[in-house]
Amino acid sequence: MSTSTAAVEVPDTSLKSAAHDYWSKVKAGDIGALPAVLGLLVLCIVFGSMSSVFLTPGNFANLLTQAASVIVIAMGLIFVLLLGEIDLSAGYASGVCGAVLVILITDHGQPWYIALAASIAVGMAMGFGLGTLVARLGIPSFVVTLAAFLGFQGILLILAGEGGTIRVDDETVLAIQNSNLSPTLSWAFYIVASVGYVLLGLSRINARRKAGLKAELFKLWLIKTISLVGVSGLAVFALNLERSNNRELVSLKGIPYVVPVILVLLVIGTFVLGRTAFGRHIYAVGGNAEAARRAGINVKNIRIAAFVICSALSAIAGLLFASRQNSISPTTGGSSTLLYAVGAAVIGGTSLFGGKGKMRDAILGGLVVAVIDNGMGLLGYAAGIKFIVTGAVLLVSAGVDAISRRGSAV
Amino acid sequence: MTEPILSLRGVNKSFGPVHVLKDVNLDVHPGQVTALVGDNGAGKSTLIKCIAGIYTPDHGEFKFDGKVVNITGPRDATALGIEIVYQDLALCDNLDIVHNMFLGREVKKGPVLDESAMESLARKTLDSLSVRTVKSIRQTVASLSGGQRQTVAIAKAVLWNSKVVILDEPTAALGVAQTEQVLNLVRRLADNGLGVILISHNINDVFEVADNIAALYLGSMAAQVAKNEVIPRQVIELITTGASAGVDKAGVK
Repeated sequence: MSTSTAAVEVPDTSLKSAAHDYWSKVKAGDIGALPAVLGLLVLCIVFGSMSSVFLTPGNFANLLTQAASVIVIAMGLIFVLLLGEIDLSAGYASGVCGAVLVILITDHGQPWYIALAASIAVGMAMGFGLGTLVARLGIPSFVVTLAAFLGFQGILLILAGEGGTIRVDDETVLAIQNSNLSPTLSWAFYIVASVGYVLLGLSRINARRKAGLKAELFKLWLIKTISLVGVSGLAVFALNLERSNNRELVSLKGIPYVVPVILVLLVIGTFVLGRTAFGRHIYAVGGNAEAARRAGINVKNIRIAAFVICSALSAIAGLLFASRQNSISPTTGGSSTLLYAVGAAVIGGTSLFGGKGKMRDAILGGLVVAVIDNGMGLLGYAAGIKFIVTGAVLLVSAGVDAISRRGSAV
Repeated sequence: MTEPILSLRGVNKSFGPVHVLKDVNLDVHPGQVTALVGDNGAGKSTLIKCIAGIYTPDHGEFKFDGKVVNITGPRDATALGIEIVYQDLALCDNLDIVHNMFLGREVKKGPVLDESAMESLARKTLDSLSVRTVKSIRQTVASLSGGQRQTVAIAKAVLWNSKVVILDEPTAALGVAQTEQVLNLVRRLADNGLGVILISHNINDVFEVADNIAALYLGSMAAQVAKNEVIPRQVIELITTGASAGVDKAGVK
């Protein structure tokens, strides 16, 4: 390692010092992904030991498709939460966009891609409206999106026709949540994704070493990467097992199509937040809007953009809803959808106070929420108990967030 | 004496009926610390905001590097090389030191942020200011002490080859040891050839680092004098009454 700089940072090589670094990060208010990962692990062990169905490949695939729409809405919400704002209308926004998609396909005979583009455009327009009201008029986002929550619910009701549902028969739309990559394609996808992930990590460490900067501890990176690649390998293996009850009639194996869809969104979102100036500015506005303004950042435009992205992702969640339910109903994206999505983001580690959060939080937290819902359902608990437990987990996560913030206050 | 890098003549600024700045003159020399003193409401903040382009003066001439310039917005000031470090620091707690120093002016490789380049440049700037109190420049600003935060804010201001740095009460909230650190840093900025304007209420600090002292009194420049030609009591008189025996408007008699 080059020592061209005057103040030499001694490269630490022990895992002990890495643990120490992590602890000082925790004290500074950044708890990282560890609690959510451990929580997920504990939940899986508990439910796995209590229910014989929970750890079957069939239930695993089911869990992924259950979690998918909440995860995608949570991904969008993270952009808004990073600013310290909230979008309560994201759930019904997905319902409205899903209705637009389904109406264009079913009633107007449009191909799925045109319908999807149109529904995303509708989502972006809705987000632009919300963002403009928040950023330009200065109405608190809580109020704007609460009004939109009611308004979008009304629009969805009108679009669906009272009490009615709109069916969708388009094969591509239905395939996303109901069909799978073939086992061979599943492994190919897994290998491409893993190799890409490893190469990206190595090139980053290498680039930093070349520039004479302190790189992430190689041993730690190796442990993280091997665990991630190993666990996903196991997941692919499990998903490639036959999970049809009647394999004579229909064979069910492979990764559900929705998984690569979510991974692509994860990669794009992580890139935008972590590697572009726009992403950096979102964190800056969430951390200290006045500082961002003085640094020449157009704070209003950043706010509007975050709401546009949030609603655009809601539109994609609308597609997932339509695919899973084969239809859109007046309750699509309603009831607990939005609260689960906010819960997912917070449980994953995104702060409600703004300025802290990552794309992966949506996936981790979304899985935790889905596992609680799914596991307790299998154990025969009533919906009431599930809500209480999910609420309690959310409260604990928000509490951890608030306490870690207090610890970091100067 | 060197030519002033920044020279203000006859600057006036009113907010409605309130005449905040009255024919203010100010010279800032490269390599010197010019302390701007004055009681609350004397117009210090308004004056530096005029220099930083946040306010546009009603009348008055700005000369930068010998040339008459027009500063009509913060970007004009930044383009000339005038940077301001605000009292409330304007740092983002959730971002690390490198991110804060480059906020709004990120170095990019195509559409992607060039983290390595930014980190190296940030490190170089901190080294050039002999800052050794910061352990890692990848820690978040939230974990820094008040003096370290001030250091980061100042380093951010000098990162862009700035020529004039304005510091608004940099030691107001600091303890004794940290005040000393920051004052040393202020001195080093001037020694590196920058023109430094230091706003302070603390006469001891002013006499410790300043080369000359400009005292505002009710919106007028009471006097701009060299530090070694006055004693603290005279400066306090200038601040509180606008005049002092032995000092006239143009400087020492």
